[in-house]
Amino acid sequence: MKEMVHVTGAPVLALRGVSKRFGAVQALTDVHLEVHAGEVVALVGDNGAGKSTLVKTIAGVHPIDEGVIEWEGREVRINRPQDAQGLGVATVYQDLALCDNLDVVGNLFLGRELKKFGTLDEVGMEKRAKELLDTLSIRIPSVRIPIAALSGGQRQVVAIARALVGDPKIVILDEPTAALGVEQTAQVLDLVERLRERGLGVILISHNMADVKAVADTVAVLRLGRNNGSFPVAGTTHEEIISAITGATENAVTRRQARIAEEAK
Amino acid sequence: MSTSQTTEAPAPAIDPRLMIREEGFAGYLGEFKRKMKTGELGSVPVVLGLVLIAAIFQGLTGDFLNADNLTNITLWIAGPGLIAVGIVFVLLLGEIDLSLGSIAGVSAAIAGVLSARSGVNEWLSILIALAAGVAMGALHGFFFAKIGVPAFVVTLAGLLAWSGLQQFVLGDKGTANVLNNGVIADLDHYFIGEGDIAATWIFALAGVGLFLAGQLLDRRRRTAAGLPARPVSEIALRTGVIGLIAIAAAYTLNQSQGLPLPLVIFLGIVVITDFVLRRTSYGRQIFAVGGGIEAARRAGINVAWVRISVFMISAGMAALGGLFIMSQQGSADKALGSGNVLMNSIAAAVIGGTSLFGGRGKTWSALLGILVIQSIITGLDLVHVNQSIQYMITGAVLLAAVVLDSVSRRTQKSSGRG
Repeated sequence: MKEMVHVTGAPVLALRGVSKRFGAVQALTDVHLEVHAGEVVALVGDNGAGKSTLVKTIAGVHPIDEGVIEWEGREVRINRPQDAQGLGVATVYQDLALCDNLDVVGNLFLGRELKKFGTLDEVGMEKRAKELLDTLSIRIPSVRIPIAALSGGQRQVVAIARALVGDPKIVILDEPTAALGVEQTAQVLDLVERLRERGLGVILISHNMADVKAVADTVAVLRLGRNNGSFPVAGTTHEEIISAITGATENAVTRRQARIAEEAK
Repeated sequence: MSTSQTTEAPAPAIDPRLMIREEGFAGYLGEFKRKMKTGELGSVPVVLGLVLIAAIFQGLTGDFLNADNLTNITLWIAGPGLIAVGIVFVLLLGEIDLSLGSIAGVSAAIAGVLSARSGVNEWLSILIALAAGVAMGALHGFFFAKIGVPAFVVTLAGLLAWSGLQQFVLGDKGTANVLNNGVIADLDHYFIGEGDIAATWIFALAGVGLFLAGQLLDRRRRTAAGLPARPVSEIALRTGVIGLIAIAAAYTLNQSQGLPLPLVIFLGIVVITDFVLRRTSYGRQIFAVGGGIEAARRAGINVAWVRISVFMISAGMAALGGLFIMSQQGSADKALGSGNVLMNSIAAAVIGGTSLFGGRGKTWSALLGILVIQSIITGLDLVHVNQSIQYMITGAVLLAAVVLDSVSRRTQKSSGRG
């Protein structure tokens, strides 16, 4: 059974009335989003709904034009990726961005290597890498093999583990299961649950309703750059979420379902 | 919920598909065989090549393994070998630097003209020459990293421009002689302790001792941290092989004139650069940029600075190499660094096992590769083969090395590595 959501008072991250324009395109309009510690928020919406843009504003890739970002109750400015990292936001992009030629330890600590007397502390890093992977129950052949030798699912969990090395409070996962098989997807979903157990806030972008229903506590729907509802997963049906995504009860999906129901009669 | 799955498997179960290395010596052999099969050839082809070359020329001439000839080879490899160390840095980024021959030439010209014609202190002229080289590298790096001009084009422009500067600096006379018994003259001609055989033995044994101490220390730290460590048998084997090579080399050098200064400097620079690449975060950044620019950038690595600094290092190495070549030939002239100097250095880096595709390699490959190249050149000289044939043979060896690199990359891909 899923644990109860231990939502503690103020959200870790809150977006209030956020807007973002790219030239003539209004990518985000007056968007609200709250993420609490120990909460998995699924961010869903059709292609072009503004999910990626929203995530990139949090990650500091695109500074917001209007609105307020609050971090643990106080207003902050996130203008650069470093600002987001400094606050404790870790992002795992869809293209993972791992160095194929470096081994798992090298990738986990890339950019924040442990050092001893000014040189790399390989022993310390390998030890911490093993501990981190063990606490997440991540299974890979060896922490000393190059990333190139890992499978897609293994790369995904390494990329997520890498996001955790800096002890973040919010982890953003951009379609973590998009390219994965059945078992690998289950492993990644397990990992998402372990992140929640550790008290991290997780923003999960996904097109897969089964994944969303499986791990998320809250579903935030974006449509055409605006909020289109936020539902607790428990007690919300598939159809309700889909109609929020597509924006109407009358659309291609409902028409198809009606037709199938008609034919079944 | 899928959480039940993890509670059932408390200890990380061993995936049957994984290769688990056996303990001890059997494991070492098994690992070695697996690496050979999957295309991680490492230094094996080049070492085999060296043995083959030595055997062929020894058979043809009977003089190749003669102590004087081998000592001469150590004197000749320092200059192009240092340029090859610079090439290794650039290749690790997956780039190429075509200007290094010209930079070696300019550096030699500056040092020669300043010391021999203008009477500037030799040490100061050396420093100015090296600084000029580094500055030229910084310029290449700037155009490559900040403006976005492909490195191939920037350094091709450098190849022409710096070769022009070299002729300009040398002026109408065209040659600047090395001062007799000066610092530059010593670079490629001095023997440590005036040929004292003790120096060679101390150097060889200290090197092997440091290697053994480093391996044992690493093993102790890893065992203390509960991590898998190299078995003692493997450390013993490695130390034994290196010790044999060191003793054989020391014995041979002592049959001739003792321990050459250029060999000590070249080996020292290879060891230091290897340490920088493998044991510092700067070295890790170079590998990261060579392995995935986007990943490196997102990890907060200053990609532009890594690129610029690598071009500065390669140019600095070339400038130093130019001084050794100048010392070797006794003068700086317009031809220094031209012709096949650059090609031999690139060939050396690649033959030694540094990948042309970036992200894989070590500076030791510069040493191994230049030994192969210089052995071929020296051997062909001994059997009086025309230079035209030498070029063709060196070209074929380079092609063979690149083919080996590409094929081993493909094998690694198909076995899920690289």
